[in-house]
Amino acid sequence: MAVDQATPDTHARQLAGLDALELGGGTRGGLAPRIWGRVWPMVLAVGMVVAIWQAVVWAGFWPDYVFAGPAEVVPVLGDRLTSGEYWEAIGVTMRRAVTGFAVSVLVGLVLGALVSRIRVLRAAFGSLITGLQTMPSIAWFPLAILLFGLTESAITFVVILGAAPSIANGLIGGVDYTPPILLRAGHVLGFRRLQLYRHVILPASLPSFLAGLKQGWAFAWRSLMAGELVVIIAHQSSLGERLYYDRELADSAGLLATMIVILIIGIGVDLLFETADNSLRRRWGLQQVRN
Amino acid sequence: MTAPLRERTDSRIQGGEPAVRLDGVSKIYGQGKNGLLALDNVSLSVGQGEFVCMLGASGCGKSTLLSLVAGLDSPTAGRIGTEGRRIAMMFQEPALFPWLTVSANVEMAMRVQGVAKRERQTRAAEFLEIVHLGGFGDKRPHELSGGMRQRVSLARALAQDADVLLMDEPFGALDAMTRDLLHDELERIWRERGLSVLFVTHNVREAVRLGDRVVLLSSRPGRVVEDFPVTLDRPRHTDSAEVAKIAGAITGRLREEVMRHGS
Ligand SMILES: Nc1ncnc2c1ncn2[C@@H]1O[C@H](COP(=O)(O)OP(=O)(O)O)[C@@H](O)[C@H]1O
Ligand SMILES: [Mg+2]
Repeated sequence: MAVDQATPDTHARQLAGLDALELGGGTRGGLAPRIWGRVWPMVLAVGMVVAIWQAVVWAGFWPDYVFAGPAEVVPVLGDRLTSGEYWEAIGVTMRRAVTGFAVSVLVGLVLGALVSRIRVLRAAFGSLITGLQTMPSIAWFPLAILLFGLTESAITFVVILGAAPSIANGLIGGVDYTPPILLRAGHVLGFRRLQLYRHVILPASLPSFLAGLKQGWAFAWRSLMAGELVVIIAHQSSLGERLYYDRELADSAGLLATMIVILIIGIGVDLLFETADNSLRRRWGLQQVRN
Repeated sequence: MTAPLRERTDSRIQGGEPAVRLDGVSKIYGQGKNGLLALDNVSLSVGQGEFVCMLGASGCGKSTLLSLVAGLDSPTAGRIGTEGRRIAMMFQEPALFPWLTVSANVEMAMRVQGVAKRERQTRAAEFLEIVHLGGFGDKRPHELSGGMRQRVSLARALAQDADVLLMDEPFGALDAMTRDLLHDELERIWRERGLSVLFVTHNVREAVRLGDRVVLLSSRPGRVVEDFPVTLDRPRHTDSAEVAKIAGAITGRLREEVMRHGS
């Protein structure tokens, strides 16, 4: 009999030793350096944009009252952000964005789940959903105004048409690209049909679904701005409506200030999605190697 | 360590009958002229409590055969009998769910059986203990090394409380030392549970180290060409002279089989 015969105990210790060797200590940096690492490129980018903007103003292609410079816009922006009225306008726009997006998520989920699950629906609507994404949202407004009049419903309608297809497509793509090996593993574990869908396919679709949500938000935000410019509702000030009147009154500084607000909101929400995406990638071990 | 499993005196297991039985099984991928005959008239059985290793060149249909036994695919012709036994399968990759913790991955095996959550958790901890990963239940799969993931996969397969364990080159990607240790673990678990194992590999020594029998599959189409009984005493050692001798004989036969394709 071999002399080097291992007892269960030495086994466990050898395995534990090998495990410890293979598990290099992976550490993430502290919070402050990570935030700083994100912030300084943004500061740099903003600085560069402002510099270019100022340079164009100084070049004098347009008179001051047509194209205002940063020096005029920043005080106007400050004024507006300290007025309650302006915040009400922001509030109206955000309420529309949130409700429109929420309904889009609901519609996208149901649509995506049905189309990814049912073969006939896939054949019938699969390419239609992708086609809808290419439709410029502004092209829906004449119809929306005919159907709903100059009301908030017209805007919401177009926001949903803009966002829901992306969200549905995200889910469908995730379902289609579920790694076959995970499907096989699920099958061997005894999951079938709906259970397989719930426990394996849906969770596996999450990264793609999140990407769909992010894109859906971008479309929703664009459609909403288009809608607020086209559908002016009396006694309900909104960001788009402010933009409209600033142009009517040729208030260049005010117009640019509102555009900055719109941009910042869009970027802010996008950052939220990116944070969610990053944390998912970290938990799943899907991070790209950073160079 | 006490076994967290039911007693193996189940009525579903009839004594004497093989645990897995393939009768003239063929599998053709695709249709008509373009069809690929992956398996041709394969007959094979794995006895109750037997450890059968299957050897064959790459692409000879080993994975196909396991998929058929696991019910992931159906044969074009022939019959596969498992007499209602529960079948677990381990793949070449760990195939763990990245959105679940290690413990939750093992628990997934008990979900379908409707085991209550509390009990699932305690049992998952026990199965992880068996593969010496007791402290790792809260980790995510990607935080573990390849060998550890494959052990989680083994724990998950064991948690299915199956009678038959199908293994598709489970240790192919591991370094030799880890593999040796896992051979010992697998042998111990197989014995304690009275499992019937069908173990696919292209490593001849591994097959001789583990198997009661080593079945040799030919390539294109896959057929059973020879069935070597291995009667060495256990535990065996991969590097021992006895194992090397039998492995040498089998390798010779495998060479002949491969050369048949060259001419
Ligand atoms: N789903 C499939 N569709 C078509 N051909 C397949 C499929 N799976 C395997 N094959 C083919 O069948 C043959 C056997 O494959 P496989 O069972 O994976 O071999 P092994 O596991 O022995 O390497 C190979 O030629 C492979 O290309
Ligand atoms: Mg294979």
